[in-house]
Amino acid sequence: MKSVDWKPPLLALAVLLGALLLVQNPSTWLTLTLAGLAMGLLIFLMASGLTLVFGLMDVMNFAHGLFITIGAYVAASTMRFFAGPAESESLLANLGAIVPAVLASITVAGLLGLFFERVIVRPVYGQHLKQILITTGGMIVAEQLILALWGPEQMALERPRELRGAFIVGEMAIEKYRLAAVVVGLAVFAAMLLLLNRTRIGLLIRAGVENREMVEAMGYRIRRLFVAVFVAGSALAGLGGALWGLYERNFTVQVGAHMMVLIFIVIIIGGLGSVGGCFAGSLLVGLVANYVGYLSPKVALGSNILLMVLVLLWRPQGLYPMSKQ
Amino acid sequence: MIETILSGDRPRSRVLGVLLVALLAGLALAPFLFPGTRPLDVAAKVCVFVLLVASYDLLLGYTGIVSFAHTMFFGIGGYGVAIALSRMEPGWGAVALGTAAALTVALALSFVIGLFSLRVKAIFFAMITLAVASFFAILASQLSGLTGGEDGLTFKVPEALRARSTAYYFVFTVSLALFLALLRVVNSPFGRVLLAIRENDFRAEALGYRTVIYRTLANCLGAVVAALAGVLYALWLRYTGPNTTLDFAIMIDLLLMVVIGGMGTMYGAAIGAAIFVVAQTYLQEAMKALSGALKGVPLLPELFHPDRWLLWLGVLFVLSVYYFPRGIVGQLRAKGS
Amino acid sequence: MADAPLSPLLSPLLSLTGVHTHIEHYHILQGVDFAVPKGELTMLLGRNGAGKTTALRTILGLWRASSGSIRFEGRELTPLDTPAIAALGIAYVPESMGIFAGLTVRENLLLAARSGPLSEERLEWIFRFFPPMKKFWELPAGNLSGGQKQMLAISRAVVEPRKLVLIDEPTKGLAPAIIHNLVEALGELKRTGTTILMVEQNFHAARSLGDSVAVMDAGRIVHTGRMANLAADEALQTRLLGLSLEAHQ
Repeated sequence: MKSVDWKPPLLALAVLLGALLLVQNPSTWLTLTLAGLAMGLLIFLMASGLTLVFGLMDVMNFAHGLFITIGAYVAASTMRFFAGPAESESLLANLGAIVPAVLASITVAGLLGLFFERVIVRPVYGQHLKQILITTGGMIVAEQLILALWGPEQMALERPRELRGAFIVGEMAIEKYRLAAVVVGLAVFAAMLLLLNRTRIGLLIRAGVENREMVEAMGYRIRRLFVAVFVAGSALAGLGGALWGLYERNFTVQVGAHMMVLIFIVIIIGGLGSVGGCFAGSLLVGLVANYVGYLSPKVALGSNILLMVLVLLWRPQGLYPMSKQ
Repeated sequence: MIETILSGDRPRSRVLGVLLVALLAGLALAPFLFPGTRPLDVAAKVCVFVLLVASYDLLLGYTGIVSFAHTMFFGIGGYGVAIALSRMEPGWGAVALGTAAALTVALALSFVIGLFSLRVKAIFFAMITLAVASFFAILASQLSGLTGGEDGLTFKVPEALRARSTAYYFVFTVSLALFLALLRVVNSPFGRVLLAIRENDFRAEALGYRTVIYRTLANCLGAVVAALAGVLYALWLRYTGPNTTLDFAIMIDLLLMVVIGGMGTMYGAAIGAAIFVVAQTYLQEAMKALSGALKGVPLLPELFHPDRWLLWLGVLFVLSVYYFPRGIVGQLRAKGS
Repeated sequence: MADAPLSPLLSPLLSLTGVHTHIEHYHILQGVDFAVPKGELTMLLGRNGAGKTTALRTILGLWRASSGSIRFEGRELTPLDTPAIAALGIAYVPESMGIFAGLTVRENLLLAARSGPLSEERLEWIFRFFPPMKKFWELPAGNLSGGQKQMLAISRAVVEPRKLVLIDEPTKGLAPAIIHNLVEALGELKRTGTTILMVEQNFHAARSLGDSVAVMDAGRIVHTGRMANLAADEALQTRLLGLSLEAHQ
């Protein structure tokens, strides 16, 4: 079996145990841990596309937050449509409300990604400066369009009835939605691992992230693959946005931009281009945000930036750096 | 004489020359030409932002670095002098102390950021500056005991600056002097090396220039001037807060101004800032009228709503990057020489 | 200058005519003319910086030729992009080997076998010449030593039948025992009828493998002919390469 680097998971374990010592109360710790995992997995959904796109094609899309935002907005609008089934006491009916909302988010975000890649990103391959400027500009324009279409007020996104509240197990309250988010997040991660490690496309992606030129020299048109990865990444971000909107229950047009700071921290911690690193980084960030948010709310927002600095001091290339030629 | 003042960097376009002279005259004579509080506010804001954008052009246009932390240094300047003036006797001593503290922090921070991040790819650097700037903004709003939190700090200014005209000329003169100083820097051998690095950093390194050192110096210089701009703005507004200095929207505005005006020209900063600040204040009224006229038409009233003025500027920005990468100034220079 | 006309039986598989390559402001290839006969191993020799690697990369389309013609089996390669050129049956073993360190040996080979699953026969061949490939089959290629990586790079190039294999300095930095191994494998490859164009500095390898030879200097071809003739003429060697091939280690 491939040798796995065990140091980063040990770090995660250390964070978990350290938090337990500081929080002391096991049921609080469990609630926080679940919240941290849920948040971390949702961040992973949003960040994974960005890191692959960067690793594969050296393109950093500073407008990635846009797909998150549009995912949240589309989900909110769709859920309003299905308000009836969402309020029903039947879980099946609830799913009948949430599933279309999530599917709509994925589709719209994916299509937006397709448009973005062709119109905004493609003309500036290889020119990093222009990429940063253009994608930032694209984000501004799109954000304003969203405000024009939906209005400037805060958006509310309520969870379907059966996903509200929590399971009570002894002393502990396990939020239903958080559990669902964890399940969905893990399922997507598993699917991603399967795709990357068991399919030819996955092989191409992994090889392309390492050495794009060599893959082309072997006869593969990697540009086409890139578009697919870009669109998939955008769709995943849309999914993340929808689920995050349901997690927070309300959001503004800034939601994507706010997540971008965390996402950048995650992909820097994880190692640009590394999906495994992105996963580890997301969980760390989610956990740290929740533990510190409980222990010391004032420091909470800045704690992840500190985490980034500490990880970079330990491993400047990230937790699981990609070996680049 | 003009050559020396401009450090040999002439406008090189009749239209541009005329625009710059008009801008200079307008700003110099603002208290007399435009009576009333609002126009003078706009003029002062133009002075400050011309300087701020020029310092950003040093980074982006001349050195080729995209930093999202520039407003952080702007804020450091503002907060430095604000904290000093609200805690000490509102006199020039406090101003000096606040400014000195702000410059020290700005220098130290930009130095560290520079060394740490400039060894890596541009994209990495941009992301790190984003994270650091966010951190600073959070810090500013959390340490409300020191910074006044979300509300910011209001304070008194030294006696001499209490009269608006005097304050205005103070801001105008210092901004002009610093702008000309920047012009001198970019037209010096140092400036030429920066341009060489921007064009091709490998070749510059091969020619013997330690690019990390030059980039760090440019970063520090830009940060210091931005902090000074922050000091001026705080002294004008008699207020410093997260929304006047640290807001990410301001960072975006800087990007727009420098790109639309023309990267790597300095004069682009002046034109870009002037257009932007004036438009921000007066264009929105025009848009309000247009939006009202379009009532009943689907979607269009929302698109032309005065709050959406950033949409159109964003479109202009994107078009500029694609089609007019040298901005307005670049276009003018290309047309007539 | 050619020392013997190309025999009519050996038609060129690949021919370069007046090829110029500019990289930024540098004019690297300044009118390259030579032909690679089919079924032979052609050595591309020359001092460091003569443009040998650039020539290979230009053939493969990794760098655009600014003018001139590159014909492969009668097709013009210059307007094509790299994947299209590779798909015509041209394999490339770069100087840096281009191994995907995060992928296993198996995955590296699987990727190189574009047309489908790995052929048992080919794998037997590879394992025979390069036993470490079998040993490290499921391990990440990053764990391999330098020599083993080179074996993998060449294995990738031959895991499927190719029409032309471009190899850039395969023996560089390797131990003599491994070099011997490689030379044997390449010799065997030649016998299967694969056309090879190889850049090499190691004289022993060059002399034992090369059928025809082309010598480059300052972006141009300064000599073409039979390897046997060049190997026998020390004066010519000194003139072309600055020192005799013997000293070229």
